[in-house]
Amino acid sequence: MSGIPHDHYEPKSGGAKWLEGRLPIIGLLHDTLTIPTPKNLNWMWIWGIVLTFCLVLQIATGVVLVMHYTPHVDMAFSSVEHIMRDVNAGHMIRYFHMNGASLFFVAVYLHIFRSLYYGSYKAPREVTWIIGMLIYLLMMGTAFMGYVLPWGQMSFHGTAVITGLFGAIPFVGEAIQTWLLGASSVGQPALNRFFSLHYLLPFIMAGLVIVHIWAFHSTGNNNPTGVEVRRTSKAEAEKDTLPFWPYFVIKDLFALAIILAVFVAVVGFMPNYLGHPDNYVEANPLVTPSHIVPEWYFLPFYAILRSFTADVWVVMFAEWISFGIIDAKFFGVLAMFGAIVVMALAPWLDTSSVRSGRYRPMFKWWFALLVVDFIVLMWAGAMPAEGIYPIIALIGSAYWFAYFLIILPLLGVIEKPETPPATIEEDFNAHYGSEDASGSPAATPAE
Amino acid sequence: MNTVSNADDPQGTRRDFIYYATGGAGAVVTGAAVWPLVDQMNPSADVLALASIRVDISTISTGSQMTVLWQGKPVFIRRRTEEEIARARSLDGDVESLPDPMARNENLGTEAAALDENRTLDESGEWLVQMGVCTHLGCVPLGNNAGDFEGWFCPCHGSHYDASGRIRQGPAPRNLPIPVASFVDDVTIQLG
Repeated sequence: MSGIPHDHYEPKSGGAKWLEGRLPIIGLLHDTLTIPTPKNLNWMWIWGIVLTFCLVLQIATGVVLVMHYTPHVDMAFSSVEHIMRDVNAGHMIRYFHMNGASLFFVAVYLHIFRSLYYGSYKAPREVTWIIGMLIYLLMMGTAFMGYVLPWGQMSFHGTAVITGLFGAIPFVGEAIQTWLLGASSVGQPALNRFFSLHYLLPFIMAGLVIVHIWAFHSTGNNNPTGVEVRRTSKAEAEKDTLPFWPYFVIKDLFALAIILAVFVAVVGFMPNYLGHPDNYVEANPLVTPSHIVPEWYFLPFYAILRSFTADVWVVMFAEWISFGIIDAKFFGVLAMFGAIVVMALAPWLDTSSVRSGRYRPMFKWWFALLVVDFIVLMWAGAMPAEGIYPIIALIGSAYWFAYFLIILPLLGVIEKPETPPATIEEDFNAHYGSEDASGSPAATPAE
Repeated sequence: MNTVSNADDPQGTRRDFIYYATGGAGAVVTGAAVWPLVDQMNPSADVLALASIRVDISTISTGSQMTVLWQGKPVFIRRRTEEEIARARSLDGDVESLPDPMARNENLGTEAAALDENRTLDESGEWLVQMGVCTHLGCVPLGNNAGDFEGWFCPCHGSHYDASGRIRQGPAPRNLPIPVASFVDDVTIQLG
């Protein structure tokens, strides 16, 4: 494996030598854990650990919940109530699982926006970025299918709406929808298969997480300056980096402890804050809840889906140019998936030669606006589709696409970036002072 | 080196043939193995078997509606008042201007226009039988003269249907579909 030059594992004991000659697994783990990591990483680089924790938490609590859950339309709702009331610690395990999904999405959005700001998606880390996007898509699919399992009102009618998206595809949509549901409507076949896939996909995500880590261990971490670690020699690389273990492990665990304190407080004191009361009503195909809203983490994309109605000129133009094949409904679906596709294409849309947003005076403002836009879309998605809200959602959707398709390519041409520091060491010393300048090691603590 | 195609070497062509034959057979076998795994997700025989039901409509009074579950989907059976019929039919001269000018009635051809008489079950227009599934994304619209056009209103994304179940405003692309339905006798409707 190419990458930053560093010491490799040397087995010392006889047993370690015996194993290493047959399966170099200790060496693999050792090299992975001691990977040289840029020493100027800031607190936005902790979300990877939080995400890994979330995946483990969800799999562990999920496996346990399955021991008490029944995937049948007549029994699913009451089996969840059985978990909540009768199973020892069942309510706590389920609340951890429910809110664990929310923590997962908080962390993934911060992780993604960190990458967008510091240019982590840019060459040579495009593969890491694309795999990350795949994991994110799987996360959304898994979360959606998990939400169906309690078989409440929101589960049922949310499924009808989301699978209805596929029905919007011209010509083959209805066949695809029927294939996905295993019937002409949401029912037992859908519940059963969603249960199966909800169990399967996290393990595929776990596999992709390993590939994700492998990819950025090959290129090295990005860092707040966007400047690469010097890798001409080991001595030079060591001026820019510290080993992941123990330095960054301790830092990440400290951050995780703080985040978990907040998380456990939410789980303990307000476990249903992020949920919908309607989902504690058993699914009834004859009555739609008065206001269907997806979970908060889908709201920005839900807002994009709803914003393109038949009276928007781009929609009318698309319908005209495609001879009516692309109607408003299909356009909304394309826009929703397109919003994620344009984000995945960011490595090729961003033309700037400077990686980190820290040294891009114009980019900073457009990026800040993108963060605001994301929050506004999330809010607009939760509002009913009437009055001023569709217009706000439409403006928000337009900016989302403009950021990736117009602003990112254009900024690289018109913006005059500042000069980043020559090395990571220089950036680090600017913040924390130089060890060499003081004559004695600065690491010596004061009396 | 010696396994790739080589025109000078007749053995090479034979080797190529074996590669293609093996590859082709492998593709066919893989396809044959994967297809059942894909096809099992389509509706099973018992799901397809629940095709038709009979509904007793003797309890529905004028100006009220009944919702029944048919093939897992709600069906609205409404006994309309004179006023609703008049309101629904007042638009009949102008169906071309509707968002969806087609009747969407499975008992008629696909070319039938969205006239009110093409959507009701009886000629007088008293009985309107339609799927209770919004044509936007499949929510169940609210009935009893709901919405701006005093017919049905979908709470999910704000689609308004008139007293004939025709889409008038909002994101839904089509009128509420009319399923295959008929009178068995005066008080019984068969769906499917």
